[in-house]
Amino acid sequence: MLEVKNLTKIYDGGVLALDDVSFEVPKGQFLAVIGLSGSGKSTLLRCINRLIEPTSGHIYWNGMDITAASPDEMRRIRRKIGMVFQNFNLVHRSKVITNVLAGRLGYINPIWSLINHFSRQDIHRAKAQLDRVGIADKAYSRADELSGGQQQRVGIARALMQEPEMILADEPVASLDPVLAHSIMKYLEQINKEDGVMVVCSLHFLDIVHRYADRVIALNEGQLVFEGLPKDIDDEKFKEIYGREAERVG
Amino acid sequence: MKKQEQSASIWKSLRLGLIIFFVLIVFAYGFEVTKVDLKEFHKSSRQDSRIRVTRALARPEIFVFEQEEFIVLTPIYVPCPDQPLSPPSMDLSEPYMVVTPQCAAPGELVQVEGFKFQPNIKGPLSFIPSSDPNNSLALKQGDIFTDDQGHFSLTIKLPKRPGEDVQYLRATTRRNVGLPHLSQTAIDTWDKIVETVFLALLATTLGIIFSVPVSFVAARNIMKDVKSPLTSIALTLIGWPVGIYLGFLVAFWLNNFTDALMVNKLVGLISFLICLIGAVVLIRKVVIQAEIENLSTDKQIQKIMIQIGAALLAAMGLYLVARLGLQAGMVLVSVLGPVAFMGNFVTQLSDITAVVTPGTVAIIAGAVLGNVFGKIGQQLDDKLPFSTVKILNIFLSCLAGAIVLAILAGAINWLYEIRQAQYLLLIMAGIGATLGLALTLYARPKESLPIGLTIYYITRTFLNATRSIEALIMAIVAVIWVGIGPFAGVMALGLHSIVSLAKLYSEQVESIMPGPMEAITATGATRLQTIIYAVIPQIIPPYISFTMYRWDINVRMSTIIGFAGGGGIGFLLIQNINLLNYRAASTQMLAIAVVVSIMDYLSSSMRERYV
Repeated sequence: MLEVKNLTKIYDGGVLALDDVSFEVPKGQFLAVIGLSGSGKSTLLRCINRLIEPTSGHIYWNGMDITAASPDEMRRIRRKIGMVFQNFNLVHRSKVITNVLAGRLGYINPIWSLINHFSRQDIHRAKAQLDRVGIADKAYSRADELSGGQQQRVGIARALMQEPEMILADEPVASLDPVLAHSIMKYLEQINKEDGVMVVCSLHFLDIVHRYADRVIALNEGQLVFEGLPKDIDDEKFKEIYGREAERVG
Repeated sequence: MKKQEQSASIWKSLRLGLIIFFVLIVFAYGFEVTKVDLKEFHKSSRQDSRIRVTRALARPEIFVFEQEEFIVLTPIYVPCPDQPLSPPSMDLSEPYMVVTPQCAAPGELVQVEGFKFQPNIKGPLSFIPSSDPNNSLALKQGDIFTDDQGHFSLTIKLPKRPGEDVQYLRATTRRNVGLPHLSQTAIDTWDKIVETVFLALLATTLGIIFSVPVSFVAARNIMKDVKSPLTSIALTLIGWPVGIYLGFLVAFWLNNFTDALMVNKLVGLISFLICLIGAVVLIRKVVIQAEIENLSTDKQIQKIMIQIGAALLAAMGLYLVARLGLQAGMVLVSVLGPVAFMGNFVTQLSDITAVVTPGTVAIIAGAVLGNVFGKIGQQLDDKLPFSTVKILNIFLSCLAGAIVLAILAGAINWLYEIRQAQYLLLIMAGIGATLGLALTLYARPKESLPIGLTIYYITRTFLNATRSIEALIMAIVAVIWVGIGPFAGVMALGLHSIVSLAKLYSEQVESIMPGPMEAITATGATRLQTIIYAVIPQIIPPYISFTMYRWDINVRMSTIIGFAGGGGIGFLLIQNINLLNYRAASTQMLAIAVVVSIMDYLSSSMRERYV
């Protein structure tokens, strides 16, 4: 259970990215976060694992106050939160398997990292995850040799290596074509439904939201403007979220 | 309207005229201060030396022939003796000279003819006065040039060297025999150019080793997120000097202890093996606990004790291996013969190990204690209530400020030899404490301060200041430290490489893609792991490229580092230029040109292949 309370983020330049946002996500839910570019979706997701320090407010997860965690505690919390990015954020020059294994870094003694050593068990697990997302044959290719869809699957495999209890997906399909988008979303859905992992996913396209999300929250200029079921977004709500001039496509 | 336009154009041309006038003045003054004077260029004496030097430079002394000297003597009387002269007896099958007349007064002209000489050869014709008992004095009278038949004829004026005995005219000719071989200059040049290339190699290696870690500290994107509360910073600042002090104590003790062990070589060897095995076993024991979980306090203390034990054993092993290496090296030098330099290498490496071990132990101890204190500070900051933290902060940051400035006072005292040092110490400590207090009042107790950026700015300033000192000037300082020779050159170029590479590298770190770093951080990786897995893969190509570039620069720099006494080929070059030995200097310049071009070609082709 994730509980966000009065979360506010003001950047150094004075930009108000999140304005007193509060919501709850029950265990095992697939939550979609929608809104225009710049509405604060990415900031919200990054505040949850504190890649961005919130200015004020609290985030509780399974009873722990994430916002009050010390650096060491934060690392332990982050291990259980997988993250998937719009631009995949793979290390291009490293092998696919190394990128996936990087998901285990929080669990191993940093001294092993000095000599780039992972246990046999972890390597086995990484191959299993690659197999799960269907690119086991690419394990020893360089990450930048893969297509966009394949790279995002590596990103998902990396998140799965963390044995996450929550996955934060920051517009995971925005750089992909619609067919690939659905294949990636299916993996996220599978992880959500089969493994019971909570997914908080920011999305652009409403059809994807309707197809995959259990619940939706919408942000507009940092404020929470909608919270409810995907089917509740009617034309009026749509205009509220996306602005008066917006037109529905798809 | 029109009038306005007109006045504007007048103003414009006036301004242009003024600018041209000003530029003229600048250049006129430039001519004055740089003493541009073509008269000097046209002077005939300059012209002569110009031709001489240019021709010498065009003929580098690389190959020489073994030369055979051929001497022909003919008697002459100056002035004519009382008795009439009999014609000299000579072997007409060998080269010979005939003087007509056979005797003459000083200052008179005589004709010298030579027969059966080597055709087309030249050489000096000298007068050997009889007054010199050793016959070592030769007065050059002119040069002979033989024709196709080996005949020459030369009219000379006899010198004012009258003598009663017979005196001689001597013609000396030289001819090349055998095949050309390398000149001594070429051999010396080869020796020094090898020295130069290796000087550049060592300097570049030194540069890489030290600049890579520094480059991360000097990268803004890595350091900007490093933030700590005041409690942690103050405790770190206290921990470092205390740790360094303790480290030196331990190193000193270990040094004495291993000295005692080394009385017997076998005991030394056995204890080295024990240290090695012990350290490995202990390290394995710690590292095998792969998962970072919340350990109980007992377990944590046990873990720390094991780590300290492993570190002590490792340091002791270092001391022992240095001592053993020193002895092994000396044995190797006497045994290895032609590859004795390998033994010397072992000796020097051991010596370096022995020299750097105390410093390394001290720095590691400082780092560990600083780190541990910092962690404790972080935990105190998290656990204790607001007001307690505030009081603690006042105390700790005053102490930290006092310690840091007292150390600074020690350095100042050492440099300037101030007489009443205790007052300086007290005053500086007081200032430090005040600064600490000011910082406590300025910062809120639990606020995270941007310590990373502070370190970044300090490092950057230091790098920029050091980089502005040319390697040639550093060489002068290094010569004072370690004496004239290539080692001074290695130190000077190495230091310059460290600061330049650190800057170039850190700019590469700053220009990496931030995405992967974000992703790796999000997995719960530590900062070190993030650097290893997200930063290093991205910076390897530019690092290789810059290292090649630096190696290239170092080869070029090492050719002139000898000008300041830094060894290498520059040492030979400046010597020959000063001795006006331009043909030898030309050989060295040629060698530099060849080596630099080869390095240039190699480095660019390697860059192409690996980047």
